[in-house]
Amino acid sequence: MPTTLFDKIWRSHVVHDDDGVVLLYIDLHLVHEVTSPQAFEALRLAGRRVRRPDLTVATMDHNVPTTDRSLPITDAVSRQQMETLTANCAEFGIACFGIGDPRNGIVHIIGPELGLSLPGMTMVCGDSHTSTHGAFGALAFGIGTSEVEHVLATQTLPQRVPRTMEVRVDGARGFGVTAKDLILGVIGAIGVDGATGHVIEYTGAAIRDLSMEGRMTVCNMSIEAGARAGLIAPDDTTIEYLGDRPAAPKGAAWDEAVAAWRELRSDDGAAYDRAVIFDAAEIAPQVTWGTNPAQVAPVTGAVPHPDQWENASDRAAVQRALDYMGLAPGVPLQEITIDRVFIGSCTNSRIEDLRAAADVVRGHRVAASVHAMVVPGSARVRRQAEAEGLHQVFLDAGFEWREPGCSMCLGMNPDVLAERERCASTSNRNFEGRQGKNGRTHLVSPPMAAAAAITGHLVDVRTLGASPVATGAV
Amino acid sequence: MEPFRRVAGIAAPLDRPNVDTDQIIPKQFLKRIERSGYGPFLFNDWRYHADGSENLEFELNRHPWRHAPVLLTGRNFGCGSSREHAAWALEDYGVRAVVAPSFGDIFHTNALKIGLLPVRIPEAVVARWIDLAIEEPGLEMVVDLEQGYVEFAGERQPIDIDEHTRARLLEGLDDIALSLQQSDVIAAFEAQRPRWLPQTSALR
Ligand code: SF4
Repeated sequence: MPTTLFDKIWRSHVVHDDDGVVLLYIDLHLVHEVTSPQAFEALRLAGRRVRRPDLTVATMDHNVPTTDRSLPITDAVSRQQMETLTANCAEFGIACFGIGDPRNGIVHIIGPELGLSLPGMTMVCGDSHTSTHGAFGALAFGIGTSEVEHVLATQTLPQRVPRTMEVRVDGARGFGVTAKDLILGVIGAIGVDGATGHVIEYTGAAIRDLSMEGRMTVCNMSIEAGARAGLIAPDDTTIEYLGDRPAAPKGAAWDEAVAAWRELRSDDGAAYDRAVIFDAAEIAPQVTWGTNPAQVAPVTGAVPHPDQWENASDRAAVQRALDYMGLAPGVPLQEITIDRVFIGSCTNSRIEDLRAAADVVRGHRVAASVHAMVVPGSARVRRQAEAEGLHQVFLDAGFEWREPGCSMCLGMNPDVLAERERCASTSNRNFEGRQGKNGRTHLVSPPMAAAAAITGHLVDVRTLGASPVATGAV
Repeated sequence: MEPFRRVAGIAAPLDRPNVDTDQIIPKQFLKRIERSGYGPFLFNDWRYHADGSENLEFELNRHPWRHAPVLLTGRNFGCGSSREHAAWALEDYGVRAVVAPSFGDIFHTNALKIGLLPVRIPEAVVARWIDLAIEEPGLEMVVDLEQGYVEFAGERQPIDIDEHTRARLLEGLDDIALSLQQSDVIAAFEAQRPRWLPQTSALR
């Protein structure tokens, strides 16, 4: 019987099957400072050890300041959380990339760039955007702290088999349309719970055409449609990306790995529980107008009217979102002025994202009314961007060029929006208060964020003239 | 984990869909390294004004819904971030069961891990129950896992839960201890893993 990519990965990781409750082996466990302290503490209390510290790696990303790293961290509670991670990793023998480590960065940026995220693996992290690593054809999903403890102690997780869903994106992206726009378009169509209980496999020409960076952006936001995970079958693009990564297999092991990866795809005729089809050519650059990622529209559109929703509870929810966002129905999206621009987060802070934003920024100035910043996803991305001179493009235009971290994606560190400040952000969540209490977030792609920084309002990047985005760089 | 068998008490209505975990417990409270004490921060931004005073418009600040043991709410409750702190905050505040048409997957798992019962009930029924709870705020709900039903205003709905999870909740069993019983099977699995899979020891 033809099977899906998901089935193949799942079946090769079943340790034990107790009447539908499967004990699934976990090949790699990523750890960060926020969701792990209680798990380590529980291990200690129960007198348990970490079964496979050699399949575990930790980084600090959520709390870290993105300003001068030589200064002491002023937030005592944040500092304690980071010190706790250092101490836990030392006690249990786990590699940990703290502030200042050249390998430090956002957990979902460093796994791929080190070559730790490989096709066919199972990966977990106490973080919902673990779905990012699915771009490599790895089954990667977010877990809670009790499950973090479970994986630390056993390197397995009890799981029930999820349903599968194919999201096929045919055709070719238009000028100025990025991976971020594709996934926002998909989420807008299927809804924030459109894939709940499912593992998505992204297929189709528009997905194949994406770089690894673009594929990571797509898989990253799978969780914003409620999916357990997102997957893209590995191909030449994947293998080429992995070739010289530090932790990727070498020599004969590499050849064996590539041979295995070549088999990793859904068979012709494999059945998914659900399937939806999109045409990339019909997706324009997207902007969110509300307080969840499905409340999104093409940048050429306008703020919708709550009456467009059929049921009363949905109408109330849309009205609530508009009140929170300080927006009136019917206002063209491009007339919305902004105060802040954030280019960063595990969705859009990889090197190609920064290149695409810099291409729009080059030769322009940030509008006087806008405070804009670029926060690279990792120390490695930052070094590479500096080697390419991208930081100078941003600095010359009036952007701040920061140290790596999650930063204003969730504002656990000092990078937060003030009350009612409006931000064009390349992150993944426009939830109420996400970037700061009563802050207002519009999710966009990196070129769209750059364009908004220059003009001071949401704007269709395609109208700013020729941009190398059109070459498919993102 | 504390066993979950039966809860009877006031059901507080929170009539909105897609309540994400950023609302249940905002990020500023995730810096703590403790496992308990999150109740005072539950729904912080909805519950309190900027000056720290209570927002009396918010359902859980109104009598008799304050510290109600059951939360009755819209679809996709607990979507978004994986933070288990959301389940911990509800538990610490006194919520024992959440009744909704659907839940975010990670929240659903997190809740079950700590013995907070998420109950899926059809959307039309939940909508009706929310209206009833608002009309008659003192109404009690019974959530009986042993017998497998939820009852509100004389209407019974079955609790849809797999037998494995139900047994674990009723007994209050430790999932990790159960998996550790499989140590030999895990070791046998490990012995045949492909050699190209990554190791992190060299990164220490
Ligand atoms: S960048 Fe944002 S979404 Fe990504 S891991 Fe950090 S906080 Fe989470």
